[in-house]
Amino acid sequence: MPDAPGLELIRGEIERDCPGAVLATSFDRAQAALVVDPARVLDVLRWLKEQPGQRYAFLSSLHAADYLPNEPRFAVHYELINRDRVERIRVKAMLADPGAEELPEIDSCVEIFPTAHAQEREVFDFFGIAFRGHPNLTRILMPDDYVGWPQRRDFPVGGEPVTFTHTERRYG
Amino acid sequence: MEVERRSLREKQLAARDMLRGDLEGEDLERYVEERVVTTTFEKVQNWARANSIFPLTFGLACCAIEAPISIVTARYDLARFGAEALRASPRQADLIILSGRVSIKMAPVVRRLYDQMLEPKWVMAMGACSSSAGMFSNYAVVQGADKFMPVDIYVPGCPPRPEAVLYGFTKLQRKIMGNPDQSWRRRYDAYGTEEWARGGPRSEPSPEAAEAYSAAKRSVERLREETGEPSLA
Amino acid sequence: MSSDLLNEDLVDDRDREIMTVNVGPHHPATHGVLRLVVDLEGEMVRELRPVIGYVHTGIEKSCESNAYWKVIPFVERMDYVSYFFQMEAFCGAVERLVDLEIPPRAKYLRTIFLELNRIHSHLVWLGTTALDLGAISMLWYCFRERDKILDLFEMATGQRMHTRYFQVGGVIEDIPLGFEEKCRAFAEEMPIRVGQYEDLLDRNEVFLQRTKGVGAVSRERLLELGVTGPLLRAAGDPWDLRKAFDYLAYPEVEFKIPVGTVGDNYDRYRVRVAEMVESSRIVAQCLDALPEGPFIADDRKYVLPPRSELSTSMESLIHHFKLVTEGFRVDPGEVYYSIESPRGELGCFVVADGSAKPARVHFRDPSFVNLQAFREMAVGTYVADMIASLGMLDPILGGVDR
Repeated sequence: MPDAPGLELIRGEIERDCPGAVLATSFDRAQAALVVDPARVLDVLRWLKEQPGQRYAFLSSLHAADYLPNEPRFAVHYELINRDRVERIRVKAMLADPGAEELPEIDSCVEIFPTAHAQEREVFDFFGIAFRGHPNLTRILMPDDYVGWPQRRDFPVGGEPVTFTHTERRYG
Repeated sequence: MEVERRSLREKQLAARDMLRGDLEGEDLERYVEERVVTTTFEKVQNWARANSIFPLTFGLACCAIEAPISIVTARYDLARFGAEALRASPRQADLIILSGRVSIKMAPVVRRLYDQMLEPKWVMAMGACSSSAGMFSNYAVVQGADKFMPVDIYVPGCPPRPEAVLYGFTKLQRKIMGNPDQSWRRRYDAYGTEEWARGGPRSEPSPEAAEAYSAAKRSVERLREETGEPSLA
Repeated sequence: MSSDLLNEDLVDDRDREIMTVNVGPHHPATHGVLRLVVDLEGEMVRELRPVIGYVHTGIEKSCESNAYWKVIPFVERMDYVSYFFQMEAFCGAVERLVDLEIPPRAKYLRTIFLELNRIHSHLVWLGTTALDLGAISMLWYCFRERDKILDLFEMATGQRMHTRYFQVGGVIEDIPLGFEEKCRAFAEEMPIRVGQYEDLLDRNEVFLQRTKGVGAVSRERLLELGVTGPLLRAAGDPWDLRKAFDYLAYPEVEFKIPVGTVGDNYDRYRVRVAEMVESSRIVAQCLDALPEGPFIADDRKYVLPPRSELSTSMESLIHHFKLVTEGFRVDPGEVYYSIESPRGELGCFVVADGSAKPARVHFRDPSFVNLQAFREMAVGTYVADMIASLGMLDPILGGVDR
């Protein structure tokens, strides 16, 4: 994990090459995170992967979180590992919910990290975040004709209450 | 004719004489009596079916490690109950053990497998997830396999021990042989008190439930009259 | 058994048709409910599309509506042969969120159970994969050892599988009397058994022919695809999170990381079998070095007080009540914590929003990511090789589908 000053150094170097991409840094519970502008996320990922001396070339995990009721609502997280220095860094791209039927969009990083192929499909399946440029953006774990984005916070957990005779009055 | 028990030595000598062709008359009759069992054809058929079940190699999730994989291993041998031949094809199997949680994507597949099996066939819902969705009361798991297919025996546990599965298996064998185990009904003298047994000798639905039931029945009848479908009553 | 045996001149025109076959969710050789849509040309696999989701249980969603300690049984049931690893990933993540240090005895106990679980997972893999490849008797031998491990689990925790033994702060209970001897006897016996398994398989011509030279993927391609674990180590890359990121008692024990050369199925088999031996060495070392002390942390805000105190101390009673009914609250934050499971990097991402229930729990499951490499392993080989590669890939569909 790059420590807090190391994280600031990285941010400074990225600012030189991709100005305006990194919106904030966060060093919380010994984990370093860069909060980036979703439109520039590919630049940052490519920079982190290819910059000699940074080489965060292994995408360990791509996942998303729904921070309802905070705004912006969605965040796509990229967990990267630098295998030479054995360090982790997180890149976080916050997305707002456009509302109604439209889906939030972000660029797909499948060219940079081919491992993201299945993981972006999973994020699409559960959150409805569309990845521009993904070769096959379809549902992966839910049935193909499922309606709804299950992992969003406003989607109900589902299931049904168990009916016994004494509760039949309540559930009919 | 009452056959008094003879000692093993006597029976062995009689068998030797039989093989030599030396037995005659009363000795021969007694020999045959000792070895003939009279029963009905159904009983023999059920006994044969119960002791030669072909389970389907069907594992869904965690319970699959305990059954079908672990119960065929040496410690919890399923073969001693006659069910050694696990078949992969549903056309050749008669018992499907639903070992694991049935997700909504898998439910039509399981139903199709069940439909492909030939009569007589039995279903064991193994574990909490297939009996009643276990701890997974959410959008992705069918809340109990009996929502879409008939189940003959439920084995609780998460996952049930292989011994528990074998116990359930022996209960299923008794059910197949025609004398199903009455278990708690017999033990607590509680016949007719099942949750679902409306109309049973000792069960009474709550008045609200009875009213809701008859109201639903009336509305279904009315709908059928309106659309012109034949009534099911 | 490789594709250059297929002489293009001898192939009849009829064989050039592509036939799409469904190796359906119910199949004796798919390890769990994996559906493969395979395009075959004769016996050669031309294209492969895995379809997953048949055991999707919505665990991540269920976790959001349960207190932190109630989440532990949920996450156990994802990758259902390596349940201790999921518990460790989640408990470790929450411990980082609340900044809780676990006592040394708990670290060693957790390491012992994790390594026993690793041996258990590899035994299940070896038994079922050898069964797929035709060496049927391996199943009984491997499960004999597996039953011994499950006896150890049952002795310590009361359950064979899904033990909910790890809690936030340590382990739920100390090991009973007699566990140490039994475990030590097992750890000494295990390398001998592994030698017996190798005797059974290493000179089995059919097994060797079916695995040598089959399904090799280059190390760079595996890294691009995010593959970790024995698959990556078989391709020659000594990347192991136990050595890379120190956690639990791994810095204090000595063990080697088996690494392959070619990266074909035979190397994957050898790497996993060697890992079983290394794990038994780790267990023996941990038993020797097991320190005395508490088995769970002291902080009553997160950890249940011992039952003996409940009758004497009012404060303990209040803590107990609060923890059982509501659970502990965690300040807002998020953490990603990953460990080395038998299949690769198992990561747990927890978002806390200040309440007693996690706001998001996500598992980076190794089988889900490793499955992307399956296409590269199987396309261009025969159907039988595809089955062998699937066995050697060792996917557990509970983890893939969560």
